[in-house]
Amino acid sequence: MAEVVLKNVKKIYPIDDSEKKKKDDQGEQKKTNLQITDKGVVAVQDFNLEIADKEFIVLVGPSGCGKSTTLRMVAGLEQISEGELYIDGEYMNNVAPKSRDIAMVFQNYALYPHMTVYENMAFSLKMQKYSKAEIDAHVREAAEILDITPLLDRKPKALSGGQRQRVAMGRAFVRNPKVFLMDEPLSNLDAKLRNQMRAEIIKLRKKINTTFIYVTHDQVEAMTLGDRIVIMKDGFIQQIGTPQEVFTHPKNLFVAGFIGVPQMNFFPASRLQQEEGGYVAEILGERFRLADETAGALASAGVSGEREVVVGVRPVNVIISEDGTGIDAVIEVAEMMGSEMHLHLKVAGTDVSGEQETEIIAIVPTLGLDVEAMSAGKHLRLNLQTEAMHFFDPETEESLL
Amino acid sequence: MKDFAYTRDFKSRALIFAILLAVSFIVVIPYIWMLSNSFKTTIETLTDPMHIIPQEFTLDGYIKVLTKSPFFHWLGNSVFITCTNTLVILFTSTLVGYLFARFRFRGKDFLFAMLMFTMMVPAQVTMITTFIIIDDIGLYDSVWALIIPSFVNVFGIYLCKQYCEEIPRELIESARIDGAGDFAIYWRIVIPQIRPAIGALAIFTFMEYWNDYLNPLIYLSSTEKMTLPLALSYFSTQHTTDLSATMAASALIMIPAAVVFIIFQKQFIKGLSMTGMK
Repeated sequence: MAEVVLKNVKKIYPIDDSEKKKKDDQGEQKKTNLQITDKGVVAVQDFNLEIADKEFIVLVGPSGCGKSTTLRMVAGLEQISEGELYIDGEYMNNVAPKSRDIAMVFQNYALYPHMTVYENMAFSLKMQKYSKAEIDAHVREAAEILDITPLLDRKPKALSGGQRQRVAMGRAFVRNPKVFLMDEPLSNLDAKLRNQMRAEIIKLRKKINTTFIYVTHDQVEAMTLGDRIVIMKDGFIQQIGTPQEVFTHPKNLFVAGFIGVPQMNFFPASRLQQEEGGYVAEILGERFRLADETAGALASAGVSGEREVVVGVRPVNVIISEDGTGIDAVIEVAEMMGSEMHLHLKVAGTDVSGEQETEIIAIVPTLGLDVEAMSAGKHLRLNLQTEAMHFFDPETEESLL
Repeated sequence: MKDFAYTRDFKSRALIFAILLAVSFIVVIPYIWMLSNSFKTTIETLTDPMHIIPQEFTLDGYIKVLTKSPFFHWLGNSVFITCTNTLVILFTSTLVGYLFARFRFRGKDFLFAMLMFTMMVPAQVTMITTFIIIDDIGLYDSVWALIIPSFVNVFGIYLCKQYCEEIPRELIESARIDGAGDFAIYWRIVIPQIRPAIGALAIFTFMEYWNDYLNPLIYLSSTEKMTLPLALSYFSTQHTTDLSATMAASALIMIPAAVVFIIFQKQFIKGLSMTGMK
């Protein structure tokens, strides 16, 4: 039960001389996009975040983005190179992990293989010199909540993946930590179990009601679990916001592409034009008059005149045109998902940089759709819902809205 | 097809068993010979030592060893030296091995290289200097001369380091978050994880010090301070050897070593089958 504050937190991994030599031998081959300074490789850049008491924060991003490193710095497993960390108002940079009053669930669970489930859960309490009776009460209560009471006498190797996951969580919350850290806890489970455990985590959260920091690379987990999501890439925070915010108002191209499945469609080299009474977007040669709402947002953001933009449209906002207008498209693959169809389409047209062909995805509801006709090779006309369009600067990749 | 596979399997099995049988026969025969002579009379060992079945079965050799020599005194010396050395070496090896495997400190690689280097120097090379040092600090003819120089075992450190490197990092980090200090992590997490190494090392060191003949010979002079291997020569004079008694003593010496081996071998195999990560 505590707020966590990270101020300009930075993590720099010094490069050894031997590694430097290796890099020189390899020439200019770059393996990561991380910034390399004189001091070393910067894994996390100026991380600023204030996590409120009892908030559920999800750090999400592709591998190597620095999300796990950030979590490990909060845990005290990694030194903080620069910046300050406060938990419950106390400066924590140089405090040992055991004194931070945190608990952590690891990706591979890290259960102690030589101890039974009971001993695993009792370990932290034992280390903190709780009495036998107290330990027993805590462990049994936690086991009851997680429904693992029958497993208490077993060793980890006799447990299934899902059961190990439960034990790992039980071991973490048995001592009521101030902050609960989870490092990709579900990534070793199969899809069905993952969905089940995700629901369990939501339930668990209501029961134990503490501050959570959760790391994942799975944006579905991020969207469903987080009160707020922190999206990271190459050590930089890309955007912080509620799931709704990052979905409807992505700050840049990366966030727009990262959040949402299937991915948002992008039309690079499109033209945005201010005309009397509104804006017009020209995509692949087709002109779309923007909805008043979008136009208003563009106007208040100070976009004027004519400029090149990247237009982003989510697959659900691509609709099949009934009246023969819109962008010309050919179905390449049609995936039947039951209540909806995912159409992979090839679209063509002329934009700012000339003749263009690109691939997009559309999600169309099957209700009232001629499903049989939607097969590869079929020509369609597509309309784009202008009220859900996103506009990005091609240079800075920042959103114009 | 099945029959063919079966006969081929049978033939190769038979061959393997034949070879194993021959090899074990070669290995076992000296022990059988030892036991056989330990039950013979002194006269018979002199006249007919190669006979496997004693013509006259007797326990004279054993009685002589147990009553006419300070056997239990020697046993006490051997047990004390071997157990102390084994326990101390297990402790130092696991601790230092863990240190080298999991901690970062200045000069670590250099220090480890130096340790490894000492392994390349044969013990005979340092024997004289070690003797002079032991003598200078007044430990000549004391059991401590056989204990203090053995506190650190480089092979043990190396073995434990290799095993400690296999321990998943998360296990140690998890313990750290759970509130365990460095020593608690070593004692409660690392030690149980490297039990196979400890079992193997326990067998090696126990055998090494239990069977050691050369070092006791160098450092001990008084009869009551002798260890068991040294005591075997007690029954020999310059010209004759009481073979019956010597063999009886040998058989008695073997028993504790065999027991230790059996105990730790079980532990060893049990340890190998232990994994708890995903």
